[in-house]
Amino acid sequence: MGLNYEKLGLRVGFEIHQELGTHKLFCNCPSELRDEEPLLEVKRRLRPTQSELGKVDRAALAEAIKGKVFRYQVTDNVCLVELDGEPPHPVNEEALDIALEAALLLNAKPLDEVHTMRKIVIDGSNTCGFQRTILVATDGHVEVNGKRFRIPTICLEEDAARKMGEGAELIDYRLDRLGIPLVEIATGPDFSAPYTPAKAALYIGQLLRATGKVKRGIGTIRQDINISIAGGARQEIKGVQELTLISTVIEREVQRQLALLEIRDELRRRRAGKVTKRMIDVTNVFSKSGSRVIREAIGAGGAVLAVKLPKFAGLLGKELQPGRRFGTELADCARLYGKVGGLFHTDELPGYGISQEEVDRLRKITDAAEGDAVVFIADVKEKAEAGLNAVVDRANQALDGVPEETRRALPDGNTEFMRPLPGAGRLYPETDIGPIPITRDRLNKIRKRLPELPEQKVKRFIKEYDLSQDLARRITLSENVGLFEEIVKKYRVDPTLVASTLEETLVSLRRDGVPVENLNKKHLADTFKLLSLRKITREPIPQILSTLARKPREKVEKILDELGLKAMSIRELEGMVSGIVDNNIEIVREQGENSHKILMGILMREVRGRADGKKVSEILREKIKSRLKG
Amino acid sequence: MYGYRGSLARYLKKIGAKIGDRIRIQKAGSSYEGALMPRSELGETSHLVLKLPSGYNLGVKVTKWTKIVKIGEGKPPKLGMPSIKIKRDPSKPDVTIVGSGGTIASRVDYRTGAVFPAFTPEEIYGAVPELGGLANIKVIEACNVFSEHMTPELWVKIGRAVARELNSGASGVVVAHGTDTMGYTAAALSFMLKGLFRPVVLVGSQRSSDRPSSDAALNLISAVTVAGRSEIAEVCVVMHGSTEDDFCLIHRGTKVRKCHTSRRDTFQTINDVPLGMVRDGELKLFRDDYNRAKPEGRVKVDGKFEPKVALVKVFPAMRSEVLDGLVSAGYKGIVLEGTGLGHAPESLFEGIKRTIGRGIPVVMTSQCIWGRVNMRVYSTGRDLLQLGVIPGEDMLPETAYIKLMFALGHTSKLDEISEIMRTNLAGEITPRTRPDAFLKPVFSPKAGV
Ligand SMILES: [Zn+2]
Repeated sequence: MGLNYEKLGLRVGFEIHQELGTHKLFCNCPSELRDEEPLLEVKRRLRPTQSELGKVDRAALAEAIKGKVFRYQVTDNVCLVELDGEPPHPVNEEALDIALEAALLLNAKPLDEVHTMRKIVIDGSNTCGFQRTILVATDGHVEVNGKRFRIPTICLEEDAARKMGEGAELIDYRLDRLGIPLVEIATGPDFSAPYTPAKAALYIGQLLRATGKVKRGIGTIRQDINISIAGGARQEIKGVQELTLISTVIEREVQRQLALLEIRDELRRRRAGKVTKRMIDVTNVFSKSGSRVIREAIGAGGAVLAVKLPKFAGLLGKELQPGRRFGTELADCARLYGKVGGLFHTDELPGYGISQEEVDRLRKITDAAEGDAVVFIADVKEKAEAGLNAVVDRANQALDGVPEETRRALPDGNTEFMRPLPGAGRLYPETDIGPIPITRDRLNKIRKRLPELPEQKVKRFIKEYDLSQDLARRITLSENVGLFEEIVKKYRVDPTLVASTLEETLVSLRRDGVPVENLNKKHLADTFKLLSLRKITREPIPQILSTLARKPREKVEKILDELGLKAMSIRELEGMVSGIVDNNIEIVREQGENSHKILMGILMREVRGRADGKKVSEILREKIKSRLKG
Repeated sequence: MYGYRGSLARYLKKIGAKIGDRIRIQKAGSSYEGALMPRSELGETSHLVLKLPSGYNLGVKVTKWTKIVKIGEGKPPKLGMPSIKIKRDPSKPDVTIVGSGGTIASRVDYRTGAVFPAFTPEEIYGAVPELGGLANIKVIEACNVFSEHMTPELWVKIGRAVARELNSGASGVVVAHGTDTMGYTAAALSFMLKGLFRPVVLVGSQRSSDRPSSDAALNLISAVTVAGRSEIAEVCVVMHGSTEDDFCLIHRGTKVRKCHTSRRDTFQTINDVPLGMVRDGELKLFRDDYNRAKPEGRVKVDGKFEPKVALVKVFPAMRSEVLDGLVSAGYKGIVLEGTGLGHAPESLFEGIKRTIGRGIPVVMTSQCIWGRVNMRVYSTGRDLLQLGVIPGEDMLPETAYIKLMFALGHTSKLDEISEIMRTNLAGEITPRTRPDAFLKPVFSPKAGV
């Protein structure tokens, strides 16, 4: 887009959430997701223990407290802890060790004593109404491309339940993910360009994987991004799963904030004042509407309520992000607070089955002038009212520019409104779990077994195993890095062959539709063992692996028999070469040593990978020589 | 001081640091700034707890090289839920909540996480605003102990408070009680309160009220509904009826038992079905054999309990010396939780004989929890009857224990005690064992467990 981000005062920080490869944080359930039908479903409610509303009217407070019903799906891999039917067990010490290990790798200072906190979350994603989180270390840093970025905090926390669906009154969650330990690594707001955060996130992800104790795969690492620009406001964008999306999310957020600032400036130029919550019942206007949504709402006993946004005409249609207009932001708020399906506004009308005549009458009833916009909602009256209330609140925020919000990342890099940004520090001590001292002994033990940093490993692989720079980097970042070293240390095989088999052959086999996920470490190690014992040659390795992948229960030896791939002994090979030379003695006599090339072709078809080509060529050359002599 | 002990407490006092004050701590390469927090009694004494501006707490080990500076005063707590003042509405029932210990409802200081119990009606309305629509709430405190520390004197104290409230016009009384011994207190009140003409409801929570998932609010709302709006003039327990936040069951005070250490639906009616349930503020009764409320009446407290009664579980290889020991310690009555239909090993017969011989009653109940003792089926049972053991019918062991204390408070004659123990006084003995009164499937029936 060619924006000068530095000049715009772009400030970006992010949080990485990485699932750890151990059982759950506060119980002994496995950290695994399940797809089968739930054993049972449990409906619960949550009540806020605090109110930001400042309301003292009992009815209003009771309504605010009521909230949605949460339906929890229970599979047989969860227990009463996830169901909030039993207090948490003591913290998973292995998870704490992994978090401390990550902290040390990030040059952070572990705390003397860690305390489990409750972070209030009443969207139902935690059965108890809070997420348990533990600050483990502070004051770390990483260097990326020679630049240092601060890592102010490293936390160990529990993952939330998986949302499976949402209706107006009820949200479905599955409990299998709840309680899986995560490390949360937060950077400072130190990034001023959209592209560097992804690099830093990639590097931190690599460091975490270097421990060998974190989960891999989709959804096991997630990023939240904090973004602000000068004159704008801080946004927390939740749940970016793909690193490649980070820069798009940042670019589009900048775009959104700039557009919101333009809207603010335009409203100021138009001398727009505060919008009032004067709702007008306009049901009559739409009694015979061509809009099915409106007709159905009225038919079900609902109403159409409208509110005027003075001097907002044209601005609701203004695009903030590709395909998202200011009107979309208003609709997000209405949906969230009013539990309504959506809204209509005059910037997009006539349309959606609504005629010009209806728009004219609407404008007349709401006393809307040319420059005013009108927003209306067709739904149950109370819901429409709550929805329009939220619309007016959001419109008034537009007069001041950009509100601070928590937003959800969408798959295309856009974001949508989730909730206002919570104030800092709404954390309570978890009284069911005592403080845990981090002893010097414990840290020393972890320090002793700290993994090599990725950049050190690449250098060592080049030096020790003579790998190319590219292959060394790829195997270092691969989940097979452990297996690679195991194989090359145990068996006499060419490290480049092992690395390229693990990183290239397997990938190309997968591309050809071979189920390589069936291959385990033993399959791969056994194959290289046979190579080191000269029972096979290197050529048929892809063929062996793809057969093993299809028949993972078979022994490698059996598969070799089946494929006829057992390596030939030297004697067998010599016999075969002599035979070929004898059968083609004419050619040998005619062409002399040049016959080698033709005979080699014939031989290799016969050998079919059961002998090393170099060896075959050597023996053939000798045999030809001796025949020519004799 | 706030859990701090020894030299650290003295040092904090010296620099004038109070809980909530802003503190800076410097030690070897690290520096932390935050609010001083209380120290839990369980933690080591050398650590100081700080709340960082981000909200996280952490512990800093204080050594002689640690520098601690106070840099600012703390702020008063900011309570999450506002108090609500509600004018008395004469069309609504008056319900008194009698506190006995623990918290009925609580309000959280959302800066520090400190929990403040809600004491006044305004605070309770603030925490559970639904109550304002149900009744005019009054709150008094009878005692303040954890339920595991309850004693017969405290039961009587609670009973007197309940009687006083009912006799001065309350429509019903709710007793907020810890769940551990709620069943015992419910049984004690059931025998103690004579001439009950309005509901007395015990209620508690399995998940503390400072957490959003607490069962306290639904339990309290349901208890107030039963106390203020039902015609059940009995002592009952109202608690979650399932693990969902759906309905509460109304259990008769002499038939209820805590059956799970942590589940919300821990309370079960044993050997009978509950009196009814409360769902969405609606009462639904399952039966009509309960004592009906009357507009007028006078409750009397009969608070004579003999505290020296033992409840003893029978076990294989149990020997008479267990009972001899109790007798020589001055125990005046013994309730046995026998095996099966109400049996005990032969090795105990001599001890039982000696005990009863000294005029000390021995009552037999069953450790099966569910079912009725029947000591005529097998010879062991017949032998025990021969020795003078009093069969406890289908009484819960805990209820039989309370009842024997009550009986011994009134007479020491064995035949009178036997008569009392075998007569139904407060719903503790049912004449028929209902076939549907047993464990339901552990989870829901649709799970097919
Ligand atoms: Zn579990």
